This record gives sequence, C-alpha cells and structure tokens, in this order.
Amino acid sequence: MAGTAVLGRLTWQVAEVVDVVTETPRVKTIVFDVPGWAGHRAGQHVDVRLTAEDGYQAQRSYSIASAPNGTRVELTVERLDDGEVSLYLTDELRPGDQIELRGPVGGYFVWEPSQGGPLLLVAGGSGVVPLMAMVRARAAAGSHADTRLVLSSRSWENVIYRDELERLEGGGLRVVHTLTRSQPADWTGYARRIDAEMLAEIGPEPSEEPRGYVCGPTPFVEAVAEALVQLGHDPRTIRTERFGATGG
Amino acid sequence: MSFVSRGFRGRRREDADPSRVPPGQYVTRDFPVLSAGPTPHTPLEEWTFSIVGEVDEPRRWTWEEFRALPSEEVTVDIHCVTKWSKLDTTWEGVSVDTLLEGVETSAEHVVELADGGYTTNLPLEDATGGKAWVAFAYNGEPLEPEHGGPARMLVPHLYFWKSAKWVRGLRLTATDEPGFWEVNGYNNYGDPWREQRYWGD
Repeated sequence: MAGTAVLGRLTWQVAEVVDVVTETPRVKTIVFDVPGWAGHRAGQHVDVRLTAEDGYQAQRSYSIASAPNGTRVELTVERLDDGEVSLYLTDELRPGDQIELRGPVGGYFVWEPSQGGPLLLVAGGSGVVPLMAMVRARAAAGSHADTRLVLSSRSWENVIYRDELERLEGGGLRVVHTLTRSQPADWTGYARRIDAEMLAEIGPEPSEEPRGYVCGPTPFVEAVAEALVQLGHDPRTIRTERFGATGG
Repeated sequence: MSFVSRGFRGRRREDADPSRVPPGQYVTRDFPVLSAGPTPHTPLEEWTFSIVGEVDEPRRWTWEEFRALPSEEVTVDIHCVTKWSKLDTTWEGVSVDTLLEGVETSAEHVVELADGGYTTNLPLEDATGGKAWVAFAYNGEPLEPEHGGPARMLVPHLYFWKSAKWVRGLRLTATDEPGFWEVNGYNNYGDPWREQRYWGD
C-alpha cells in the first residue's frame, strides 16, 4: 500500500535511468526504474544521492512527477546554473545510468483520487511538478473531480507538461495559464503574475471549500497563499510547498 | 560504499568547515523558507506567549511583557531536513530557561504550539539548559513573517522543523506527543548529526 510505504525505514535504493525527456529548454524529466519501489502518493518527494568516485556524496530532494505506476518513478528537474545536483541530473544522466534514491517522503502535501475535489492547484514554474503528479493520478483513476490548475510560466516555451496538460483537459479538469514575461502574438490569456482577482475569476469559491495546493518559489507561494486567504479561503485548506534557488 | 554515479564529481565547498556540516547537508548562503500553509499575521497587540500543560500554574506574556524579559544574542548553525545548512546565523531571543524559571513541572516532554495549528515535539531536556530560545530578531532586525516573525522557536541542535515559526506557546507534557511533521513521516527526534530525517532513521 502506497500510504504505508513510509512506515518502515526508508533505505537507499538503486534507480536506473530508463529515459530522459526534454520538457522545456531548462527542464528535463528523468524516468527511473526502481526495483522494489513500494509506491507513492501524488505530491510526495524523494531524496536523491549522488556518489563521486572518491566517495564524496551530495543529496537533494525532488518532487515525484509521476502518478503511482509500478516501479517507475519520474522526476522533473529544473537546471540551475550553479546547481551541483540538478546540473548532473539534467546534463549528464542518460539511459542505463544509476543513481540512489530513497522515499517516498512527506505525508501532508499529498492528494489521492479517493479524497475527491474540488481541487485548486496553483503552480509557479517547476512548482507544477508535485501538482502534475496529482493531475496524473486523477486521470489514471478516472476521477472527474473538479480540478483547476493555474500555472504561471515565464513564456509559452517555458510551460512544463504543456502538451500533456492540453490532452488531459476536460472532464472536470481546467488548465489556466498565465505567461508573465512574454506571450505569443495571438495570446489572449493572462499575462501577469497571479493575483487575487485572477484567482477569484478562476474559482472555485471559498464556499465550495476546495483543497488548495500551492507550489513554487517562496515569493510566489507567499503571494498566492495570501491572496487565497484574502479571498476568504480557510488557511487550513491551503497546503504549500516551496523551493528556492539554493544551489540545488 | 561501492556505488558510484558515473561522471559525478560534485562541487565541494571550499569555504565551509566540513566538521560543521552534518551528513547529507550542503551549505547555503540564502535563507530558504519552508512552511505547510499560508503565513499567519498576528498583530502584536493580540500576540501572547503561554506556558501550559503539566505546570503548577500556566504563564502568559503579552508582546510587551515578553520583550521586557532578559534576552540573549546567539550565533548558531542551522540545519534543515530539506538538506540545506546555514552557518553562523545570529539571533536574538529569550531563552526557554528564562521562560520556565520557577515553573514546577514533572513533565519530560514539550510541544511547541504555533499559529496555524503547527506543532512540534521534543524532550524537555532538549529545550532547556541553554539549548533553545524564542527568537524575535535575526541579524539584528525584527524577524520577518515568512521566517516566523514576530517570534519563532530556535532549537539549533535539531533539524530546523523543530524550531516552530510563529510560536505562541509551549505545552509541557508527561508523555511524548508527536507533532505535525512527526506524524507525517518525519523523525520524532531529528538529530542532524545522526541524520534522523524520517521515520526509522
């Protein structure tokens, strides 16, 4: 059972790269096969450990992008220019390579299809990764839970999972993009940072008590969570996850 | 350790004393933010700090009373379970020893109580003896809300989730009561030097 996978000691497991997918100019998805993977819940993360030949090790945490799917685990990683681990993951790894990981970790920023909706997912840039796991888990379960995904990206080229989100839309899933830096010539969508007015237009209303999941860089999460509280959402219904450019 | 990640050389930090960096951690100069929900904003005139639970008599301070207590400046290293460590951070706060002065208790554990419902637990002996503070300033400035202001716990010898932001009180308890992250997969004690990140570590 995925939900109980975290109960035992989390041991380091060898994960083999099956595929590397380019999502955007700065973001890649690495598909791993992890023999013995006990499953996970959408929103959880793993710890990744790299070991150099002289024994030096580096660890980082990454959100799982994939819905639970056997021994397959996908991580979507943004390339940080000074990132010790992210540069290796995005530039060096190729199919057949092995790394170590342990997980799944985290029991709060998670959603399972059985919990239902409505869901309000708000992501800044690669903050979409754990939310995509939820969108994928929802689709895999055939759930029609009212789900609104608001995704803020710099430009259309920087929208992670763009084509897949287009395919998944409908049947209760609505995807709203906002492009904050540049927009295609014929763009009619939002072109500004997410604010209270935008969130009010997209809904759901606080009275519908959506489960809110907000993930992105700290200033983004602060602004979105504050706007949701201002609109009348109960702070206890808003779950946040943040990342910072801290040399990951 | 026989496992090697092909082509990984890593980038060792030259400027950080390795003996100050616990296993699996890396040193950052930023001050990343982590919290489970929206940042609370309690006005100072409504803010209080309480000692409750297994005590002879509960105690409570208003912000003014709290700030009139003797405080200390401490410079410590902090270690977040998400892997970053920050060295030589300077705080000003009231020692938990000061807050518990004269309190009669048979409690052996303490739960930190914070705005937003966040809790975290630790043995009482880890909160006393000059090991824990209620901090209200960072780098000589009032603590910003996103970093836990107006006041947060500072328990630097444990992973930083044990230092609750927006702390509003301590509950002394006879038995151990796992807190928010402790029931969500994270280690009950959280010693960074023994890399006690998760359940079973």
